[in-house]
Amino acid sequence: MSEANRGAREAVIEVDGLVVRYGTATALDRVGLTVGAGELVALIGPNGAGKTSLVNAIAGVLRPAAGRVDLHGRVALVPEGRQMFDDLTVEDNLALGAWRRRRAKGARDTGRVYEVLPQLAGLRRRRAGSLSGGEQQMVAFGRALMAEPDAIVVDELSLGLAPLVTAGLAGHLRALNAERGLAVLLIEQNARLALDLCGRGYVLEAGRIRAEGGAAELAAGPDVADAYLGGRGGAGTEAAT
Amino acid sequence: MSALLQYLVSGIAVGCGFALLASGLVTIHRVTRVVNFAQGMFAVVGGMTAGSLLSAGLPPGAAEAAAVAVAGGAGLAVGVVATGRRGTSPQSALIVTLGLGFLAYAAEIMIWGDNPRSYPGLGGAVTVFGAHVQKQSFLVIGVTAVVFALLAVFFGRSYAGKALSACASNPYAARTMGIDPLRMGLVAFALGGALGGLAGVLLTPLQPISYNSDVLLITNGFAAAVLGGLNRPAVALAGALTLGVAESLVAGYGEASYQTVVALALMLAIMMVRASRRTALQEEAAR
Repeated sequence: MSEANRGAREAVIEVDGLVVRYGTATALDRVGLTVGAGELVALIGPNGAGKTSLVNAIAGVLRPAAGRVDLHGRVALVPEGRQMFDDLTVEDNLALGAWRRRRAKGARDTGRVYEVLPQLAGLRRRRAGSLSGGEQQMVAFGRALMAEPDAIVVDELSLGLAPLVTAGLAGHLRALNAERGLAVLLIEQNARLALDLCGRGYVLEAGRIRAEGGAAELAAGPDVADAYLGGRGGAGTEAAT
Repeated sequence: MSALLQYLVSGIAVGCGFALLASGLVTIHRVTRVVNFAQGMFAVVGGMTAGSLLSAGLPPGAAEAAAVAVAGGAGLAVGVVATGRRGTSPQSALIVTLGLGFLAYAAEIMIWGDNPRSYPGLGGAVTVFGAHVQKQSFLVIGVTAVVFALLAVFFGRSYAGKALSACASNPYAARTMGIDPLRMGLVAFALGGALGGLAGVLLTPLQPISYNSDVLLITNGFAAAVLGGLNRPAVALAGALTLGVAESLVAGYGEASYQTVVALALMLAIMMVRASRRTALQEEAAR
């Protein structure tokens, strides 16, 4: 997506000058990013870069030391490691995803998730803790969708999953974006996956945004290509917008 | 034979009281991971408050209901003090509940004095197969059955109950979805307080209660709750009934002062078995 297009889109997630500290250690240092309505945005970075701190600040779980997070619309989270309610059924896990909207009529109706993710319908009575990693990730997706979000933040889509399962989930993300206009902030260690899927991206290293731009532009850049894509030869990435 | 039946029914009734107390402990622990050592205090507050309200002329039923509500309020207050500050560890909160339990002694002596108190409850007795059983015993058993059924429905079917279970299962995930584990923990403390208060209200007509009755109650309630790993109300119920009957038989055929020893011995045995099982599992996992 071009810079002009990005500017035209109303932001759903706006992060500006965000600082997160754990005691004396600074996890995020003046981080800023935006995700426009209906946009697919990647945030890539190595372990310990501060990605999950950023996710937690956006989710409101973490109170930043400085800066601001503005959410213009509902934003739901697909957390790292799926974070199931192991002892509850898939149906219950999904229904609790609507907690913020629990007083709205029909908010807890899980039928709409089964329409989008029909594989979950057959698992509805299973304990979430007994599911495979891929199935749990799908439940985490469904749970986020129950919030009827304008944007979802996906923290480590591919973590611990087989490539085929990851590809299937990425397909779901792409479809949700294309068909429902759902904005996505995909936070990933797997830069190839993230930059293939998203139109634009940021590189977070040691708590700072080191680079940002179109996915193809980032993938072609020497820093990202060498550090994340196995050198320039591996940078055959195309934007997926 | 009639004496045995009498001991059995009264043991089940007292066990039901322990079970209500234990269910409060389990409810609080499931949601907050805090072992609430002030749980016995809620029963004392419930029993004493009901007695005072009945003496003040409040009709039976209303007085007991108000006493349960007061105990629920006490539960909420303990929850606020013990866990109200975000980031308080369950271990620190446990110590705070222990301290609050001792602090409550002073308040209870100031309000109600240090003599045991009781009130008639459901007066009279019925004869069943030659055994004289107090009507209050049947009331305790009936109310406990209803309360456990309601708890099962609440945690198993209701949205709020599932949200409480969610906080126990994965507080981080709960927070990301807007469920506040801190607030849910306070709900659990209030519910635990009410359950403890109900135990006190129901047991006081059977066993006079004083400011330090909480020790006996928490010992038995904790022993029952530990049986289910502090997480399973149904197992706690079974444990509490076993304890109640065992203590009743010990008191009936032996010496009443050995009752607490039964509870302590059972608790010790359960903890030793659980600890050895855990060690075996850890060794297995380490291989």
